[in-house]
Formats: sequence, C-alpha cells, structure tokens
Amino acid sequence: MKITVTVNGVERSGDVEPRTLLVHFLRDELNLTGTNIGCDTSSCGACTIHVEGQSAKSCTMLAAQADGLELTTIEGLANGDILHPMQRCFQENHGLQCGYCTPGMVMAAISLLDENPNPSETDVRIGLEGNLCRCTGYHNIVKSVLACAAESNGASK
Amino acid sequence: MIPAAFEYVRADSVDAALSALTKYGDEAKLLAGGHSLLPLMKLRLAAPSVLVDVGRLDDLRYINDAGDYIAIGALTRHRDLETSSLLASAAPLLAHAAGHVGDPQVRHRGTIGGSLAHADPASDLPAVALAMGATIVATGPNGTREIAASEFYTGFLESALAPDELLTEIRIPKLDTQGWSFQKFNRRAQDWAIVGVATVRANGSTGVGLVNMGSTPLLASAVMNAVNSGANAADAAALANEGTEAQSDINASSEYREHLARVLVRRSLEESGLS
Repeated sequence: MKITVTVNGVERSGDVEPRTLLVHFLRDELNLTGTNIGCDTSSCGACTIHVEGQSAKSCTMLAAQADGLELTTIEGLANGDILHPMQRCFQENHGLQCGYCTPGMVMAAISLLDENPNPSETDVRIGLEGNLCRCTGYHNIVKSVLACAAESNGASK
Repeated sequence: MIPAAFEYVRADSVDAALSALTKYGDEAKLLAGGHSLLPLMKLRLAAPSVLVDVGRLDDLRYINDAGDYIAIGALTRHRDLETSSLLASAAPLLAHAAGHVGDPQVRHRGTIGGSLAHADPASDLPAVALAMGATIVATGPNGTREIAASEFYTGFLESALAPDELLTEIRIPKLDTQGWSFQKFNRRAQDWAIVGVATVRANGSTGVGLVNMGSTPLLASAVMNAVNSGANAADAAALANEGTEAQSDINASSEYREHLARVLVRRSLEESGLS
C-alpha cells in the first residue's frame, strides 16, 4: 500500500506492506537511521520519534498508521550545524555513554519539556521511564534535560 | 520482530468500521492505538488476517459531562485521560491510573477503548472500570447496547463484545467520591503490574478492582462485601484472594501474587480513607 508522511518537514512517500513497522519504514525506506531499534518490544524507547508532536515508539506503530501524519526524527532537530538545544545540552553535560539510547532519549526529553517546561529532577526521571540506558548513564541524561529546561526558562524570562 | 501478514483496512467512520467487521467477521481485529495488539502481533501471539484501523475516528475522542455520568469516547488516549480537568475532579481514580499506564510514549498513542476491549487482566484500566462501576457502550449493526463493566469480561483476552461490535463509549458514573487509591506493583516503571488494585469509596459503598489476579480483570467481591458490611481495612484485605486465580509466571508465583494482593488491597483501602 502507498503511504505519504511528512518527516522533518518534508513529504515522503513509500510503498509498504501493511505489516511494515514505522521504524523499519523510516530506517530502511527513508534511510533515516538515526532512529535506533533496541528491544523491539515497546520497552526501551530507543526508537522514540515524535508523531504529531508527541513522543511515540516507532516500533509499536505500523507505517500504515502514520499515513498522512507529521513525524519528527532525530535528524529533524538540528538546524544545519546548529544543534537543537536538547542535543547541545546532552553534549555539554555528557548525557551519553555508548550513545545508542541517545536519539530516543533526546526525542522523549523534548516531548517531556513540551508537556512540563519546568520539571523537577523526579519529574524528569519519571518522565523518561519509557527509555532505557543499558550503560545506566541516567545521571547525566537527567542533568542534560534539567540544564535544557533551565536554559529555556531563563531565555523566556 | 514483524507481525504475520494481514490485510489493512482503515475505517473513516463508525459505520465503515462496522461494515468491515460484518464483512470479515472473526478474521478481523480492530486496531485503535495498537499498543496492546501490535506487541502481541509482533510476538506472533496474535495473527489476525485483517486489521480494521479505527485510530482515526476522532469523533470518538472526547470526555464529556453527560449529567449523571462522564462520557468518554473509546478513542480517547491515556494522555487525554491523565490531563483531563473534568476527570481530575469527577473521576480522579481514572485520571491517576491512566497516568500510570505504560510510559509517556505509550500513553500518547494507547486508547481507553482499546485497553478495555483488549481485556488483558494485567492492564490497569479494566480494574478501574470495574471498581468505578463503569458502563461500556457497544455499537453494532443493530444499534448500541450498554454492558456493565462487571459483565464485560468473559475470559482471557475475551469480552462480551460480539465480533461485529465496536466499543464506542465508556460511561463513568459521577460519584460523590470520599476516597480512592491506585496501587500498582511492578519491577520496571513501564511494566504491566505484577498485581494492581484500584479502589474507590463513594456514595456510601466501596469498589475494589484487581489487576492480574486471574484470567480476567476482577472485582474483589469478598473485600467489597466485607467493607460494605463494616469491616476494617485489615480484616477486609485478608479476603483479597477469594475468587481469584492468580497465575504463576516469570515475574511472580501465584502465592506471591496472593500475598501482594492482600498487602496492596489493605494499602489501597487505607489510602482511600478506610481505617
């Protein structure tokens, strides 16, 4: 079946089987390999993208379900060489170890701050419950998200 | 992991969904948010030959005050429930429990109708619907009918919905809530509950729903009868396992689940204000 999605602001079409998972469509058809596959069972959050502006696990959606919708992947965040503030905060705070969970963490963290712009440390830890870091590098991930929240709150004041 | 092949039909109206169900019968499964069904299909534990996608039926995405009850459209997402100011005041147990389903990503996509219709005894919202005495509205080729939540669950992943019916609305009675509690015991934040307990004390009686204590979501009837006859929390909670058939699995033995149920029912009764 033919589907059309808007990914990172660009309309992209493809021919998929009904059973094609969204993450496979993004990675294998659109070559957007920044979205990783971790557990494949909706647990780890490595495949987190934004669907209509909200975080979602792209391994638990059919590509067919995304037809006509607006998607953002990790590739859509930076503006040329200028990183998205969340990406920069992860970089500055070393919010990663091996980096595998990072794209999903960044996407989940942006969605978290959209919903709660001024989270406590506990809010961040609970808000990222859908993302696992097998290096267990949570400390700096949480620090990165809090830094990004503080920065954008400072900028808006 | 990729599901077995199936035919995909997107319904753009309730009527279109019903026509597809009539056409494909038992072969078809309804797809709402997909966050219960797709994981099963990826594990090949479910392999429907037709998926009827009702996920775009935005007409069924609402939370309305209907006088005696709150009407919730089946396609209302967990995140909508979690953040609804109407539910926060009229049905705080439901709003709170919806905020503990899965994780944020799951709550952005998963729907209350999908969760209730999937009839997984390990899901949170069926126990809440039972405790609150919700009514489920099913729409079929001959119109709509109401099913009490207590009559809805008939077996493991089986409900009273006919193959040609679509769950369209959930009605939550407007209760004069005195106290409520949701207890969920799990190992990882986004896991299903090993055992969960939903309690609401309202209008002079107490409802207690159990998560993952049998092949269906259950009411803790013995606990409710005891509380409604004046028992204290400790004595009532001792009856938490009556009528349950807890399973053993990788997370817990049935004995452990029974122990947890007694502990969590007591905590839940106490948190909801029963001494």
